[in-house]
Amino acid sequence: MADKKGKKKGEMKKADTRVNFTPLVDMIMLLLTFFMLATTLSKPQTMEISMPAKDKVTVEEQNEVKASEAFTIYLGAGHKVYYYEGLPNIEEPDYLKETDFSANGLRSILIEKNRNIVQQVRELENRKSLLQISKEEYNKQLSNLKNSKGSPVVIIKPLESSTYSDMIAALDEMLITSIGKYAIVDINDDDKTMLRNSSFPVN
Amino acid sequence: MARPTLPKRDTWIDMTPMSDVMVLLLTFFMLTSTFLKPEPVTVNTPMSVSEIKIPEKSVFSILISPQGQVFLDLDNPDDRISVLEKMATDYNISLTEKEKHDFSIATSFGVPMQNFKEFMSLPLEKQNELLPNYGIPTDSLNNQFKGWVQAARDVKGRDMIIAIKADQSTPYTHIKNVMGSLQDLRENRYNLITSLREVSEEERLGNL
Repeated sequence: MADKKGKKKGEMKKADTRVNFTPLVDMIMLLLTFFMLATTLSKPQTMEISMPAKDKVTVEEQNEVKASEAFTIYLGAGHKVYYYEGLPNIEEPDYLKETDFSANGLRSILIEKNRNIVQQVRELENRKSLLQISKEEYNKQLSNLKNSKGSPVVIIKPLESSTYSDMIAALDEMLITSIGKYAIVDINDDDKTMLRNSSFPVN
Repeated sequence: MARPTLPKRDTWIDMTPMSDVMVLLLTFFMLTSTFLKPEPVTVNTPMSVSEIKIPEKSVFSILISPQGQVFLDLDNPDDRISVLEKMATDYNISLTEKEKHDFSIATSFGVPMQNFKEFMSLPLEKQNELLPNYGIPTDSLNNQFKGWVQAARDVKGRDMIIAIKADQSTPYTHIKNVMGSLQDLRENRYNLITSLREVSEEERLGNL
């Protein structure tokens, strides 16, 4: 593409040695995009969970939870959630209530139950985002808050008809609503009898 | 009327520095990227808001299919051989060097020990084709899963992280089975693999 107008006759034509790199750049750009997307997407998230040791959990220990703090949820078929607060009261007909995993379902109930701590966690988050406290400090205070006295204790009991996604969704709600004390417990015969007597189509 | 003649500009742009930089970036991404390992069964992990990333090293992953089959995976090839040797002594199987090598480079493993010899003698394509039909037995009579976890823990020591990856639609009974086996082994801390879900501030707050 060099201007060759001013050349005299007989002069040797200089070969243009410039190579067009545009297609190469195109191709590399494509590959680069692929690798960039592949790396960021391939790393999955994880949820850390500590289960109670088998021999530790006894019925007495479970009952030690104060009635005012206890909150039991059952995960049923079709992503349904059944819950009751405090101690089971079989005499009262509608103590067992039904809800779901939507924002207005289980989440709002748990936020209501844990209002005090949720508010404090919010303030803590604000302070962190304003860089008033360091990340370590935030994590420390957060775990202190979550395990403070009087915070609700949620017992998650997945029924056999529930799926893995229900379990994760329930654990997720604990995270969202800043509930620090929760446990996954298998259902026992008492629970089964209670659910069978309830007005919901369980089992 | 004579128009002023604009000198013709050369529109050629030198792309060489650009391609230099790009090749550099490309090399970086190629070297740092870790590829997804092919898994015997496709698993759609449920969504969660948890933002903790899974560590890269010494992860013992347990894959649970929607039908409840269990497949295992361990990252380090040398450790895999040690674990396999432990299991082989427990189940009185003698291993050849070829079997050990094949096992160390295989993707996931999930064949009952009684089928192990027969399975490893098959060609690789056949193995990959048949693997989804197997799964490690987790029932209480023949719980080889416990054996594998125990062997892996013995080989890898305390830093080994157990990660459970299950499909959204896996019934809870299968999960309970696996978690119960882990509980028997006093493995009470583990990770559940999920994919990220965004929750808006409004949703998070509810009616606060």
